[in-house]
Amino acid sequence: MKEPLFSSRNIKLLSGPLNLNNPITVQILGICSALAVTVQMKPALVMALSVTVVTAFSNLIISSIRNTIPQRIRIIVQLVVVATLVIIVDQILKAFVYDVSKKLSVFVGLIITNCIVMGRLEAFAMAEKPWRSFLDGLGNGAGYGLILVAVSFLREFFGSGKIFGMQVVPRIMYENGYQDNGLMILPPMALITIGIIIWIQRSINRDLIDKS
Amino acid sequence: MKSLRNYLDKIKPRFQKGGKFEKLQSTFEAFETFLFVPNRVTTQGSHIRDALDMKRTMSTVIVALIPALLFGMWNTGYQYYLSRGIEAGFWATFWFGFLKVLPIIVVSYVVGLAIEFVFAQIRGHEVNEGFLVTGLLIPMIMPVNIPLWMVAVATAFAVIIAKEAFGGTGMNVFNPALVARAFIFFAYPAQITGEKAWVAGLNHHAAIEGFSGATPLSQAASFSLDKIPSLNDLFYGFIPGSIGETSKLAILIGAAILIITGIGSWKIMLSALIGGLGIGFLFNMIGANPYMEISPLTQIMMGSFLFGIVFMATDPVTAAQTDTGKYIYGFLVGAFAITIRVLNPAYPEGTMLSILLMNVFAPLIDHYVVEANIRKRTKRTVQNVNA
Repeated sequence: MKEPLFSSRNIKLLSGPLNLNNPITVQILGICSALAVTVQMKPALVMALSVTVVTAFSNLIISSIRNTIPQRIRIIVQLVVVATLVIIVDQILKAFVYDVSKKLSVFVGLIITNCIVMGRLEAFAMAEKPWRSFLDGLGNGAGYGLILVAVSFLREFFGSGKIFGMQVVPRIMYENGYQDNGLMILPPMALITIGIIIWIQRSINRDLIDKS
Repeated sequence: MKSLRNYLDKIKPRFQKGGKFEKLQSTFEAFETFLFVPNRVTTQGSHIRDALDMKRTMSTVIVALIPALLFGMWNTGYQYYLSRGIEAGFWATFWFGFLKVLPIIVVSYVVGLAIEFVFAQIRGHEVNEGFLVTGLLIPMIMPVNIPLWMVAVATAFAVIIAKEAFGGTGMNVFNPALVARAFIFFAYPAQITGEKAWVAGLNHHAAIEGFSGATPLSQAASFSLDKIPSLNDLFYGFIPGSIGETSKLAILIGAAILIITGIGSWKIMLSALIGGLGIGFLFNMIGANPYMEISPLTQIMMGSFLFGIVFMATDPVTAAQTDTGKYIYGFLVGAFAITIRVLNPAYPEGTMLSILLMNVFAPLIDHYVVEANIRKRTKRTVQNVNA
């Protein structure tokens, strides 16, 4: 029996990672880059898109050739695919959004080692059909991106009074004594912000809390 | 008094299970136990009867803080009139400082207690007295010119992140008051460093010629040793600085109260003092720059060193619990405080950072002290058995 492309089972692959199976807040993967690139929204958004593209297409490619990959060298094969995609993404960023690419610097290259990418390949793409793997990659990339954009929004707004580099906190506020919060720009605050998001998420979805 | 009791008894059922305001039970309880001694007694298990409960502990600390607070208020006025070159009487000086300091205290208490109440309601536990001390410590370690909204934000951050996220009173890893200060230190550095932060009004008007709002620490950090006030001034506290930290005399009175009542650990205070003096001596011997040559006695008289080791390092929740651990913990607090301030030009004062750092290590120190004790006793038993 053939399954429709967007059956409810497949839609779940897309929507799950956005909340109840979020790679950052629930699986606690990909924290490192989430701390590093969330000072401003623009790099965070670009990073989120890059990771989504890499996860989705590496899932698709690995899933298509999964039956021909020898078990013992599968990690190397996965890495070759991921590395190729990352280099393509990196070159595209350098060609079209050079300033953002400079800001992201080494972190684009480090997508290769992003836990989410490898995690989805090992846990999902090696065992599932290409279309489902592709959706899973898209979903997880989007879940990662959602948190990245949320964190970077809070950090940029409170840290420098801007959104996407545009001044949003009015001058009159500064004249009356308002100041940007310097702590939001520092990396520890990214960790605390993610912590607060996790705290709120688990207060709403009680079954995410560990029973131990 | 009687009528108040009767009134409370009358409205009590409404706050108990099934009552109209069931959800506000902990709020009611907080007010009731604040006004009257609770009539509940422990029913099972062996227990020790003692008049010393958490409320009594907290009240003692508050009493110990009062001398430093009152002096801080007077000194706020004194520094202000000094900077403007105005002669003013004692009461006028005190009144000026009182009006400057009071709003900071009010903001700290209102914001902190409001958050405590909200969390107590959500989690369904009692409102604890823990914030009474924190709420007074926060204003005392702030510069007097701090904008009130920053105090509010910092207090909220400290109570939510440093306390409630860890599970509330008694569960916190870090001293909440210090977290509030660290928050301002990193978030709004312009408000808590430099020469304009410490004397009231100096951020708006220029001082008269010859007056500097710089604290002894920033004089030391810029190697202008001749500008450090005399030991006498440092001891009595006629210097610019955070509201509660300037008078060493008032702090020592507070320390005496804490030690006599047994609330604060003299072991921590003593070993921190030794740690600070020891490192001071060590720097004296190295003497690589003028800052290192400052005598150890002056070192511990400057800045918030004494205030920190008396009121912050001894916090029973975040300090080491074992006796040996207290000595190690205290010594390192003192040693790191002086080390940070002398060796790191980015941080003019090291006491806050050193206590926060040692807060993290306190459980580890305790763990190894306990482990060592277990090993020692095991060894003894094994030897006895072999013999």
